[in-house]
Amino acid sequence: MSAPVKEPLFHVVKRDNAGLMRSVLVRVIAIVLALLVSAVVIVLLTGMNPLHVYAALWDGAVGTSRRAWITTRDAAILLCIGFAVMPAFRMRFWNIGAEGQVLVGAMATAAVMIYGKNLPAWALYTLCPAAGIAAGAIWGVIPAFFKAHWNTNETLFTLMLNYIATQLVAFGIIFWENPPGSNSVGLINAKGKIGWLPSIGKNSYLLPILIVVGLALILFVYMRYTKQGYEITVVGESENTAHYAAINVKRVIIRTMAICGGIGGIAGYLLAAGVGHTISTGLSGGRGFTAIVVAWLGKLNPFAMMVVAFGLVFMEKGALEIASQFNLNENASEILTGILLFFILGCEFFINYRLEFRKHNKEGVKA
Amino acid sequence: MHNHPNNNAMIEMRGITKRFGQVTANENVDLTVYRGEILSVLGENGSGKTSLMNMLAGIYFPDAGHIFVEGREVVIRSPKDSFDLGIGMIHQHFKLVDVLTAAENIILGLPGAQVLDMKAVKADIQKLLDKYGFELDLNAKIYEMSVSQKQTVEIVKMLYRGAHILILDEPTAVLTPQETDKLFQVLRNMRAQGHSIIIITHKLNEVLSLSDRVAVLRKGQYVGTVDTKDATEMSLTEMMVGEKVVLDIERPDPVNPVMKIHMKDVTVVNKEGREVLSHATFKAYTGEILGIAGIAGSGQKELLEVISGLQKAVTGNIEYINRKGHIKELTKMSAEKIREIGIRLAFVPEDRLGMGLVASMGMTDNMMLRSYKMGKGIFSRRKEPHDLAERIKKDLGVVTPSIEWPVGRMSGGNVQKVLVGREIASSPQVLMVAYPVRGLDINSSYQIYHLLNEQKKQGSCVICVGEDLDVLLALCDRILVLADGKITGVVDARTATKEQIGLMMTNETKEVQA
Repeated sequence: MSAPVKEPLFHVVKRDNAGLMRSVLVRVIAIVLALLVSAVVIVLLTGMNPLHVYAALWDGAVGTSRRAWITTRDAAILLCIGFAVMPAFRMRFWNIGAEGQVLVGAMATAAVMIYGKNLPAWALYTLCPAAGIAAGAIWGVIPAFFKAHWNTNETLFTLMLNYIATQLVAFGIIFWENPPGSNSVGLINAKGKIGWLPSIGKNSYLLPILIVVGLALILFVYMRYTKQGYEITVVGESENTAHYAAINVKRVIIRTMAICGGIGGIAGYLLAAGVGHTISTGLSGGRGFTAIVVAWLGKLNPFAMMVVAFGLVFMEKGALEIASQFNLNENASEILTGILLFFILGCEFFINYRLEFRKHNKEGVKA
Repeated sequence: MHNHPNNNAMIEMRGITKRFGQVTANENVDLTVYRGEILSVLGENGSGKTSLMNMLAGIYFPDAGHIFVEGREVVIRSPKDSFDLGIGMIHQHFKLVDVLTAAENIILGLPGAQVLDMKAVKADIQKLLDKYGFELDLNAKIYEMSVSQKQTVEIVKMLYRGAHILILDEPTAVLTPQETDKLFQVLRNMRAQGHSIIIITHKLNEVLSLSDRVAVLRKGQYVGTVDTKDATEMSLTEMMVGEKVVLDIERPDPVNPVMKIHMKDVTVVNKEGREVLSHATFKAYTGEILGIAGIAGSGQKELLEVISGLQKAVTGNIEYINRKGHIKELTKMSAEKIREIGIRLAFVPEDRLGMGLVASMGMTDNMMLRSYKMGKGIFSRRKEPHDLAERIKKDLGVVTPSIEWPVGRMSGGNVQKVLVGREIASSPQVLMVAYPVRGLDINSSYQIYHLLNEQKKQGSCVICVGEDLDVLLALCDRILVLADGKITGVVDARTATKEQIGLMMTNETKEVQA
């Protein structure tokens, strides 16, 4: 019988529905706090003026029109890979194989570009993306098929397929090596830019961006208003309910992963035909995993994911600039990104819950 | 306050208020429990019984109010605080480790020596069992146990930890009548030893036969406490619902019954290969309600699921006779196929939120579970489901802030109304419902009975799995009895007695088909 007589200092109360204004405000406060904490860290670690560092960050990401275009395009590619995992996550299928799906998509694109050099331009513009999408879709369907029929673990399966995809690309590079001995395929079709994603006017960045924005609109409508989108949500929420509602769960799993893989393939196509015009084992560069962060931070909403993808790429580009301008190593910027993410993730708690503090006037009222 | 001096109060709650967002679960509730008494907390669904008790158990923290234990004001911040005060709560969902034995579960988490002397521990627990008259095999593993045995483990666990105030949340919901009697005897023994017991329930006969006093809640508000000896079923019902309700269920006579479902020799096996439904043969007709009685887990679930195409039959076949008298073989069809060929089977499963509905979706999206495939093209239509949701909300009086509010956050009765409402809306040819009024208050229950009767009058074939024999006898035309996966008989509900059915539920003697 020794219960504490004191009321706890605070307890957590769930909020019903934080208004839009409130949730925006909380996020803005979180970002401001993150900048303040980062400033303190910068001063303590380097003794530099944090405003200068922030200015360099901004400059590195969007300081010139070229930089702004590159940042936006890279954000679009990251977003596209995010779309390759989003429908799967809605279905509670843990697709961590976007990396591999992008790689095989890029490889198939490269193959068409190399062997289809002599085809008419319109044929290449159709065949390249088609090959990329098909390859990505196959890479997505393999784990889905096994999951649907034998309930294999999709996390391990998709992860393992990433390594196989990397090895395939490594093989492709040796097979198509150009020039011989370089251990790379060089710029594919550098002469005549055959099969390259066309520029709009003189701007070679715009088309991939437009493609991904179009994809965002399509996915938004698909997930929210179509029968298939509804099926994905039900399967994700409860397989039992899906069976009950006469949804063919196996078909939904396989179909959805074909779509995810296909979108990964589009990202691979954009990278191979629109950005680097080459392939390498590091082509995806871990973006298949960063895309998972994009999807969840954006709460699987295509438009919120846009903001997140841009923010992440912005920080990354800015970080490179800080590194070179102030002679810091790249880890410094990782610290800044880490602080920012900490505050953004942490503020979710204050959007969904509030703290109720002990009432100090309690004794006073009694007396 | 009655004949109890107040210093005898074990627990006193004063002015307790608890809100969840915009929903008020308890508003300014007072409650007192004395030493050596059994107090029933009675109330309809969603009246705030469980949340009030959860505040004693340290699961919720009150927004306002005071709690006194043996005259001292206390603050219960966690289940541990609650334990330390001698309060033990047995929840509806047991919190036991399946692969451990009864004895291991009972001592789990308690401080003790590094090396356990299980023999001594068991002897200790056995003393406790004998003292109160429990029957329990301490060496049995939890997964081998029946629900009632698991409940016994939970109670003994609390007593072993020194709890002298026990809270039981709807303890009889999952028990057979015999098991209920046994539980009540044990509770009376505990009362005789000076323990205080609170049971949460909405079964009036239990309140009257077991408890000393009854506290009644209505819609989160405290209505009052009465001595059981001064109470009757009618007076308690009035306190509970706030208005008089008629206690009889209508039963129109079947009109031109025609055979709709003919099940022949159907066997279903579970994942472990055990026969959960063996060689079931029966007929169901249009314009009648066929009741299905049996102890929980006797094959009721499988019987309904095999008809709806959610389980496969390993033997036998199921015939569906359509309006023109043509026979369709359902045995090998999936739920999807049955839907495609235009047979409208409606099914209200036992697991409402895990099977019949998607908890995180609102009413509209849940309506779409049945209709999202309607219409041509890739887009699903939302207007009809939206209208249907509005209509169900209005017609059945579903209490929800909005039709987009997640159904998982509604109270049990409202969830059931949403589900039954949707299933009936498809004007089904066969309507199968499992425990349609489980956890529902009296008003909602009658509303559901009425809806089933409406379907019967419209010529549907209604199959209703139930647990309350009184209700089955009053509502159904025929009652099919299951015992351990076998059909032990079909009786005429107008002439059969409770004892007769009770016997068939436990006994596997074959009765003459009615």
